Amino acid sequence: MKRSIWLRLAPYLFTLGFFALWEAACRALSISAFVLPPPSAIWTALVQYQKPLYTNAFHTLWMTSAGFALSILFGLAVGLLVGSSRLLRAGLNPLLVGFNAIPKVAVVPILVLWFGVGWLPPVLTAFVISFFPIVVNVATGLATIEPETEDVLKALGASRLDIMTKVGIPRSLPYFFGALKVSITLAYVGSVIGEQNASNLGIGNLITRASADFNVPLVFAALIVLAVLGIFLVAVVDFVENRMTGWAKRSQMAGG
Amino acid sequence: MTAFVELNEVTHVYGGGDGPPAVEGLSLKVREGEFAAIVGPSGCGKSTLMKLATGLQKPKAGLVAVAGQRVAEPIKITGMAFQNPVLLPWRTTLENLLLPLEVVQPHRQRLRANKAEYVARAEALLEKVGLKGMGAKYPWELSGGMQQRASLCRSLIHEPKLLMLDEPFGALDAFTREELWCVIRDLQAERAVTVILVTHDLREAVFLADRVFCMSARPGKITAEREIGFARPRDLEITYTPEFAEIVHELRGHIRQARAAA
Repeated sequence: MKRSIWLRLAPYLFTLGFFALWEAACRALSISAFVLPPPSAIWTALVQYQKPLYTNAFHTLWMTSAGFALSILFGLAVGLLVGSSRLLRAGLNPLLVGFNAIPKVAVVPILVLWFGVGWLPPVLTAFVISFFPIVVNVATGLATIEPETEDVLKALGASRLDIMTKVGIPRSLPYFFGALKVSITLAYVGSVIGEQNASNLGIGNLITRASADFNVPLVFAALIVLAVLGIFLVAVVDFVENRMTGWAKRSQMAGG
Repeated sequence: MTAFVELNEVTHVYGGGDGPPAVEGLSLKVREGEFAAIVGPSGCGKSTLMKLATGLQKPKAGLVAVAGQRVAEPIKITGMAFQNPVLLPWRTTLENLLLPLEVVQPHRQRLRANKAEYVARAEALLEKVGLKGMGAKYPWELSGGMQQRASLCRSLIHEPKLLMLDEPFGALDAFTREELWCVIRDLQAERAVTVILVTHDLREAVFLADRVFCMSARPGKITAEREIGFARPRDLEITYTPEFAEIVHELRGHIRQARAAA
């Protein structure tokens, strides 16, 4: 009983403790606010700049969601293709791995060349950085169907489409949601990189401007806003995951 | 009596290449309504035989025929169950049972309109194997033995003419295994379905089958065939009679030879 209360409170207590430690360290070692502002100074900046933080955060949220939506669509489609055909898997694998190895920061200038400064580069950066985990995980879920399940269905004359819709897709859903949690944070990184380099709006742009002004507390305030948004979006994915694939967690708890 | 399942001088190589054959010169005839068991040392190609008979694999040479038809593609009159029950964890037990009906014709087209009829059929089947009222449970809420019972139901739901069992009781404890022997014995008696059981448990083979085939080590072929004459219905008690032990011992000798030859 007592233990369960502690478990519930733990996330809040640990977060509070983290900021308290940070504050104490800044004061005890008298670290300059230019190097590492204490949480109290960041809070002041949060309050002072709440208007621009709010509008820019909303913009970033939009960019991220748009890029993330694109990667879900594209990632699912490619993942299903790659997972269902050994030929495509063999052919596309080096391309996908190679593409994923490219630092996406290096892609942003190309996007600016193509689309100019605006909302497209952040959305596309978020997309290219976050689709890969979805492709890989969906493909893995499809490619690891138990051979016996396939035999049972094939012996009954099931088509590949049948096997895909009855077994493959439901089976790869837990993999898919696992990938979404990785992807959503990556999409954040992507949109902020895009905004820093090729946008007049968004948290990324705000950070660039704030650091040019040496407004370090504002930079940190913007980072805190990003972290909070990230937690929020992961929580949304978590919620949907539990609704859709609760069976996967429960079946593991039951030991098989 | 004509053969219902016939394999004639069948050779099979996986991947279709020039590798070592899994089975070579394999010939076997099973009569309609017969319960056949195939025993052999591990890795002798017992599972290959199942895949050939159901049309999941095409032989490199030789003839495979079921119900008088040459098998060239998956034949839809079979049901299969394996050592691993492979029930889908996101479906309830009842929904798992209905899965074959969503795939195989003519049920596929009738399922939606006649759902109640099929659900009743599935529930009757569950009751027969001792899973009454368990349809709403998820597979992971069932014990291993119960999952295997559900898996047997799934293999029978579309009323197949041929039931293929690949070591279905291999992963179960001895008591549960004997219970399930009786379940499958009763189901076969009631439906007169032709059964091919692949197993490495000689007692299981002798108790259940009308005829036991022994296979050699790879490349597999039939080395011995033994009619089992015990009257049906058989009681578990017969497994403790000297006659029973004698047959098991005789088969044991064939397997030992097959292993020694390998």
